[in-house]
Amino acid sequence: MASTLRLPAALDRLDQCREFVVGCAREAGLPDADTGKLELVLEELLVNVISHAYPDGPGEVELHCRTGEGGFLLDIRDQGAPFDPLAASGPDLDAGVDERPIGGLGIFFVRQMADGLAYRREGDANVLTVRFALPA
Amino acid sequence: MECITETKGDFLVVQVKGRMDAVTAPDFEKRCAEAIDAGKTSLVIDLGGLEYISSAGLRGILATAKKLKACQGRIAFANLSGMVQEVFAISGFTAMFSVYKSVEEATGA
Repeated sequence: MASTLRLPAALDRLDQCREFVVGCAREAGLPDADTGKLELVLEELLVNVISHAYPDGPGEVELHCRTGEGGFLLDIRDQGAPFDPLAASGPDLDAGVDERPIGGLGIFFVRQMADGLAYRREGDANVLTVRFALPA
Repeated sequence: MECITETKGDFLVVQVKGRMDAVTAPDFEKRCAEAIDAGKTSLVIDLGGLEYISSAGLRGILATAKKLKACQGRIAFANLSGMVQEVFAISGFTAMFSVYKSVEEATGA
């Protein structure tokens, strides 16, 4: 099983991305109980691509769903400047309302929810691979 | 996402349904900001009908809380369940905010 969707990296495409990826994940056997986590990871990473890879205007993002390594794998590819979201430091979870910066939680959620994450620069593209374990 | 507001005593109960994501969270923040500007400074956010929340949703909540704090207001949350409860817990929001099992408990009714 492998399937690819390539579309403009834009917030108004979020629903379309979600339907595609969740559909692929269900087909791959990901339990319904885990689709919320997958949706969260997908949204955070797409928002990341929109804001970091293409800060100055429109670009494209490619979503590639496959299975392997005992899991459901999602590759998110963009043609933006080199950016490794996994290199960012974590948020201060103990700060109060006043000290809490608005934002910074997205990548933290991705780390918490996904079973595996890997970043690589491939030619002129950033590729982030997310792994969700499938029931044996 | 749908926001339904209802006044209960001193509180404005904001019932949020559906999905609070990067697309819909600004609507939530706007609805709350309008209520605060209209003088409603005690909010109870009923998340019983919320199926999904992302960091963008939390950002909308945090911005609302900061706005309330600036005018000596208060905010509480009720009816968290499923992935919304999990996201609140791992982000530290459950510890940072007043979280109640029900709207009645939150309003002290």
